[in-house]
Order: sequence, then structure tokens, then C-alpha cells
Amino acid sequence: MFSLLAKAQETGMVPVKEGSFVPLYGAASKKPVFVNAFYLDIYPITNTSFLNFIKKNTSYSKSKIKGIFADKSYLSYWKNDFDFGNADPKSPVTSVSWFAAKKYCECQGKRLPTMDEWEYAAMADEKKIDARTRKEFNEYILSWYEKSKTYENQIGKTFKNYWGVYDMHGLVWEWTSDFNSIFLSGESRKDKSSDKNLFCGSASVNASDLMDYAAFMRYAFRGSLKAQYSTRNMGFRCAADKKTKN
Amino acid sequence: MKKNIIAVLILLSLQGCKESGKKENATAGNKEITDLSIYNLPSKWTNQNGKDIELKSLKGNVLVMVMIYTSCKSACPRLVADMRDIESKLNKKTKQNVKLVLVSIDPKTDTPKKLKAFAVSNKMNHDPWIFLRSTEENTREFAAVLAVNYKQISPIDFSHSNIISVFNPEGELVFQQEGLGVNNEKTIAFINQETKKL
Repeated sequence: MFSLLAKAQETGMVPVKEGSFVPLYGAASKKPVFVNAFYLDIYPITNTSFLNFIKKNTSYSKSKIKGIFADKSYLSYWKNDFDFGNADPKSPVTSVSWFAAKKYCECQGKRLPTMDEWEYAAMADEKKIDARTRKEFNEYILSWYEKSKTYENQIGKTFKNYWGVYDMHGLVWEWTSDFNSIFLSGESRKDKSSDKNLFCGSASVNASDLMDYAAFMRYAFRGSLKAQYSTRNMGFRCAADKKTKN
Repeated sequence: MKKNIIAVLILLSLQGCKESGKKENATAGNKEITDLSIYNLPSKWTNQNGKDIELKSLKGNVLVMVMIYTSCKSACPRLVADMRDIESKLNKKTKQNVKLVLVSIDPKTDTPKKLKAFAVSNKMNHDPWIFLRSTEENTREFAAVLAVNYKQISPIDFSHSNIISVFNPEGELVFQQEGLGVNNEKTIAFINQETKKL
């Protein structure tokens, strides 16, 4: 019974109220972006949960997944298709491609959060909806960026934010549904229509702009991703428009 | 009552996954679709004539694909010109096995009617040109496969990658031309090489 309860909790969602915020990147001329109310998973998806998904959807297993949906490092730390080896059952699943993450959420009747939704929920600390100007908050995020192998930690060990969500910072990077909406200038591709907002953000990095810097790291990382990529420090969680029974 | 709701919910959630199971079986049974083929994507699309098509129906053709939106004033006309330039350099025989596909990144605005008007005004309303649109989600997924990034930056404008992709008859990506007005010699070479295999 206890384990059942624990399991339910692991896949639980909390409501995030509507609101608007100015993201570092994406809004034309730094206008606020409006985010509709949505539901967000309390925790990132664990190894255990992902294994259950694979048991039901074997075409997403390590050996069977199509090359177009995941690169070679997909679930690289798993022992085989149905065994995540020495990894902690309650650690976030990582080395998953965007396609696999998307499918997982669909199978729960959910979806991946949009980048705006994710960033909106992630700007909260324990007490405030928007803690981005708080020095300690930014220092906490940035100090995590310097730590290694936090993906080996269990879910739910970082702080619980205003919405009741854990691990937005301090555990793993997370996929968003529209990660491929970022343009990096100066990357190798000859995209003439890339825009420079992102780098205007970075140009202003100084002591008072730690907030931009922390977010810049996330946007820059997303901008470097491709949907097939499976990275050891990247997991995901799901979102939904309405409360789902899971 | 509550039981019913739960039953319906369970049914719904099962359906979501069952659907995927069906797709899996369909693709597993269809050995012709290779590992890296875009025909693994189950998404449905609508062309400029309002006809629904599955991506798979294009299998067997060499595809030259680009993602655009028709209300675009800056980069897209040049991308379309680049596509036209590629078409003009293909010989008649090659063209029989090539489809030049323009996929909308703005499905909300680009209705089949709008696509049709665009095709007509650009004198592209005939073979080998195809205009496609789908849901926003399918479009995002398709872009992910092509490594095309795009973002709506205002109600009427998108920023997007300028990439023209060539797929072999199996649906595998063989070449990408990046940038506007770039030399398309290589692109043509890949198209010719792939059609020769047919």
C-alpha cells in the first residue's frame, strides 16, 4: 500500500496558475509572454516509470528504437532493454531523446511542457512565483551547473517550489516540446534568419544579471540540441492542459 | 458515476498507448521502412488541394523539402526561389522521380486554400510541387527530424532555419543545403545520384 502511494506521488501533477512573464529569450522586444494555466508533473520521470513505459511500448526500448528517433547513446547507461542496471530506480531517467520523451508523455495522456511553461514554472523558489531577481536563487542554480553527475541523485531531494514542483533546478536538464525554436547566432550553420536576442542577453552578463546568465545557459543548451540526442544529464517531465488520472 | 468516469479515463489512456502499439505493428510488419526513414513518422498531412495524405505515400520518390510559411516576406521568397532554381536544373527524366515539397510552419494561417493560392500565384500548382500542412504538433515533430528550428516571433512572423533537405526514395536524409542563395551544385548532384538508383 505504501509503495502504491509512493508511486502515485511519483507521477502526480500540480496545477500551475496562469500568468505572464518576460522570458530571457523568445518574446519580441521583451514583451511579456502569457502562459495559460496548466498542470505539471511534480517530479521528473524516473528510471522505474520509464521502464514501465518501455515494457508496454517495446519499440522504444534500447535495442529496438529507430535511428530516426534516437541516437546511439539512447539509454546508454541501461544494462539492456528492460534493466536499468545499477542506476537508482528513483533517479531521473536520462539519455532519452525528445521523441521518446514525447511518446512517454502521450502514453500518460499528457504532453511535454512548452519552453515558456517550463521557464515560467522554473522561476519560482519556495515562496515566490518569480524569484529570478533573488541573488541566492540564481546562485543556487548556477552552483548546480558546476556540479557533476547530479543525474545520479534521486528525485525530490531539491527544493519544493511555490507550485509544489521539485527538481526544476539542481537535478537534470529537461526536454521541452518546442526546444527547436531557438536560434543561435554564430553557430556553424549558415542560418541567415537567426536572431540575436539570445546573444544580446548574454552580452549583458554582469553581477546584476546572474538571472539572465542562468537562463541563458538553459536556452543555449536547448539551442544546441537535436531531437535524436540522448544526453546523460537530460531528462524530462510531462505537462497537461487538464488534470489527468495518473 | 465515479466508476464510469474512471473506466472512461482508463479506456482513453489505454487507447493512447494502443494506438502507438498499432503503429508499431504496422511499421514492424512493413520491413521496407528503414531505421532512419522519415516514413516512420505516422503523421497525416493535407496538400494544397485539401487532400489528406500520409507521408508514406511519397515513398519511392526523391524528396526535396523545405519549411516555409506563405505570408513570409523576407527569407521564404528566396527559399522558394532556391527551390525553383533546383527544379530548373533537373532534367525531365529525373523530375519524374522527384517531388519538391514545401511544408508550412504556420498551419494556422496556411490553410489548404492559402497554400493553393500561393502555389497558383507562384506557378507551382503542378507536379512535381507539393504543398503540405499538418497540426502544429506534427509540424514541430517534422521540423525536429529535419533539424529545422522555427519560432513564431509575432502574430505574422516566424524566424526559421533556411535548410533544403534531400531524401532518398527510402525516406532517408541524404543531404542538406543550408543558407539562402547558396550554390546548389551538390544538392543537384545528390538528387541526380539518388534518382539514378531507381
